[in-house]
Amino acid sequence: MSQARLVEIETDILAKNDAYAMANRKVLAGLGAFAVNLVSSPGSGKTTLLCRTIEALGDQPLSVIEGDQQTANDADRIRATGARAVQVNTGKGCHLDGHMVGHAMAHLDIAPGSLLFIENVGNLVCPAGFDLGEDCKVAILSVTEGEDKPLKYPDMFTAARLALLNKIDLAPHCDVDLDLYEANLRRVNPGIEVIRISARTGHGMDNWLDWLSGSLTRKRGRAAAE
Amino acid sequence: MHEMSLCEGIRGVIEDQARAHKVDRITRVRLEIGRFAGVEKHALEFAFDVVMRGSVAEGAALVMIDLPGRAMCYDCMAEVEIADRLDPCPECGGGRLMPVAGDELRIKDLEVA
Repeated sequence: MSQARLVEIETDILAKNDAYAMANRKVLAGLGAFAVNLVSSPGSGKTTLLCRTIEALGDQPLSVIEGDQQTANDADRIRATGARAVQVNTGKGCHLDGHMVGHAMAHLDIAPGSLLFIENVGNLVCPAGFDLGEDCKVAILSVTEGEDKPLKYPDMFTAARLALLNKIDLAPHCDVDLDLYEANLRRVNPGIEVIRISARTGHGMDNWLDWLSGSLTRKRGRAAAE
Repeated sequence: MHEMSLCEGIRGVIEDQARAHKVDRITRVRLEIGRFAGVEKHALEFAFDVVMRGSVAEGAALVMIDLPGRAMCYDCMAEVEIADRLDPCPECGGGRLMPVAGDELRIKDLEVA
C-alpha cells in the first residue's frame, strides 16, 4: 500500500475567475477604456441612475453590461437611451464573474477610449469577492436603506473606490442622518470617496460626471503612454 | 457568501492538480481562510461534500486553517491585528481601519492516496 503524501499547491480558490478578470483588464487597458463595476442592493436605483448618466453623457461612446438573475428588463431600459447593452442572466448565480463579463465584452465591440458600465446583480455580498477586470467598483446606496448599511456589509464598501449616496431628494422625508451615513462608509473604508446624488432631480450629477471624465482621461493617458 | 461557487472553484483546481500529478484519489484538502474572507464555514463544509461527489476528492476530509485579519489604522498609521472587521485600533482606539490582510481564500495542500 502506498503511503499518503502531500501536494503543496498554494492556489487561490478564485484563481480561475481572477485569470478571466486579468484577461478582461488587459483588453480594456489596450483600448484605454474605463470600466466601472456598479454594485448595490436591489432597489438602490442603479438602473435609473445609469439611464440618467447615459443621457447626460450625450453622444459619448459607452457600453453597458447588465447583470440580473432573470429578465432582460434592465438591458431594454438601457437600450431605450440609445446605448449599446448586453444582458447577462446569471440564473441561480448571485454575482457576475470574469468569464461572463469576458463573453459580454466580446459581443459589445467596445470603442477605444470609451466608458464601460457593468451593472452587477443587486447583492452586497458575493459581487465583492469576484473580480471582473474592472478599473474600480462604485457602490450605490440609497438614503432609504439606513445609515448602518456600510457596517452591515463592510466588504463591499471596503472594495469600492466611490460611493454614490442616491435618492438624496428623499432624505428630508426619511429621518436619515447623511453625515452619519458618510462616517459609517469611512469607518469601513477610510479612503472611500462619496458623492451625494439624486438620479431623479439631478442633484450631484455634475460631480459624478466629472469623476467619470477624470477617471477616463487618466485611463486614456496610461494607454497612450504604453 | 457563495460557498457553492467557492467549492466549484476548489473542485476545478483539484481536478487540474490531480491530472498534473497523475493522482486518482485525494483524501484531505487543506484550505487557508482569512478572517475577513466572508466564508461561512458550516456552509462551506456542506457544499464541499456535495460538490466533490464524483470527483477525485469525493469523501475527502476538509481542513480549514484560519489566517488573522490585519488592518492599517488611518489614525496612528500602525498595522494591527483585529479579530472583527469593525473593531477599533488596539493601539490608539481609532475607528478608521483599512484591511490589509485576511481576505485569503487559498488551497494550501492536498493529501493524496
